[in-house]
Amino acid sequence: MPVRVDALALERPRSLKAALSILAGDPALVPIAGCTDVYVSFQFGTMQQRRFIDLWPLDELRGIRVKGDTLRIGALTTYTELIESKVVNTRLPMLVAASREVGGVQIQNRGTLGGNIANASPAGDTLPVLAAADARVVLRSDRGQRTVPFESFYTGYRASVRQPNELITAIEFPAIRGKQWWRKVGTRRAQAISKVMIAGVRAAKGADVRIAFGSVGPTVILARKAASILQQGGSIADAQAALLTEITPIDDIRSTRDYRAQVAANLLAEFWNGTK
Amino acid sequence: MKIVVNGRTRSIKAHPMKRLLDVLREDCGLTGTKEGCGEGECGACTVLIDGIVVDSCLVPAAHAEGRKVITIEGAARTRTGKALQNAFVEHGGAQCGICTPGMILAAAPLKRGASLHEIKTALAGNLCRCTGYPAIFRSVEAALSPAFAKGLRRGRLGKVKRARSR
Repeated sequence: MPVRVDALALERPRSLKAALSILAGDPALVPIAGCTDVYVSFQFGTMQQRRFIDLWPLDELRGIRVKGDTLRIGALTTYTELIESKVVNTRLPMLVAASREVGGVQIQNRGTLGGNIANASPAGDTLPVLAAADARVVLRSDRGQRTVPFESFYTGYRASVRQPNELITAIEFPAIRGKQWWRKVGTRRAQAISKVMIAGVRAAKGADVRIAFGSVGPTVILARKAASILQQGGSIADAQAALLTEITPIDDIRSTRDYRAQVAANLLAEFWNGTK
Repeated sequence: MKIVVNGRTRSIKAHPMKRLLDVLREDCGLTGTKEGCGEGECGACTVLIDGIVVDSCLVPAAHAEGRKVITIEGAARTRTGKALQNAFVEHGGAQCGICTPGMILAAAPLKRGASLHEIKTALAGNLCRCTGYPAIFRSVEAALSPAFAKGLRRGRLGKVKRARSR
């Protein structure tokens, strides 16, 4: 590892309360959990921070519960736990589909849903699902708790409304009525970071169609215009044209702007035709 | 910190953020665990923590504290590990050998009679640059087949020691 381990510091609280109190006194600490992104950025030299707070032992942040209409998933829930959960398979099959394509089993056993949100990569595999599902992020500090709609969680590239003294403690999902869709297009099926991703909910009558894209903008993009056109019975071509004004794909090591725009439009059509 | 490595409790003086991979290789002298990419893509550093398959290059030592870690050295002493090793030898699943410890540990939690699809999913996080994957899949399939286990009991592929580390 290119980073000297002696230069690193790690706080190891034994409870959520202790973690929030340490963070309140030292908000520069970076929360870490499954570490599947942390060590990768050490390796790439993109991790500037050297001081961390370890959340992995905090079982209070684990667990999947249903309360009334709401599905509440603890921030430290791993992809493997999502894949194996009966209630997640029933209520959020698109989240299971996304979790299955995060890295290999080794990564799925360690990576967490909260970590995927906190890491804030535009290519985060579960993020389009959270946007399409109209999820809410539960944030907690030593002062109290607040809940933020996922669609307004990010404020820009790798930037969010999370304050340095706050931790993501859970993600809440309302009941979803309608067909769910998820697809990731990458270089290969396993172990690839996406070039383009789509998550969609084709709601039953009366509810909104929600369609979200990953890897085609600085953060996950909720395609409101395209969704609204399709919902009102407009043509797929019109929706695709609207989509291209909503996404801002770029050229990078994984793909090109043109390829991403074309594939995003194709995925939109595939979603709509596939959920009839 | 104390880590139970292959059934033996070890007291290790290591920084809590030192990679488990480095703790195993440098502090425990167990060099069967390989470093490939160092970024969770190749699976060469795969070990088990409390029976769960992880990439040890992405695990801080802190997360292994008080846990049971199984490396290839420990797996080789288990019935499953021995069956897998012998199958890799017999079916050409190993060539240069760098990916082999990781392949064997990633396959270790598979149930007897697992389907090819299940084997492929279990090994999706492990890259091989020599043999190609069919030989590896054949090796794992063979190791998990009842006939292979029967052959093992008869000693066709050498003596199987009883698991010490699980």
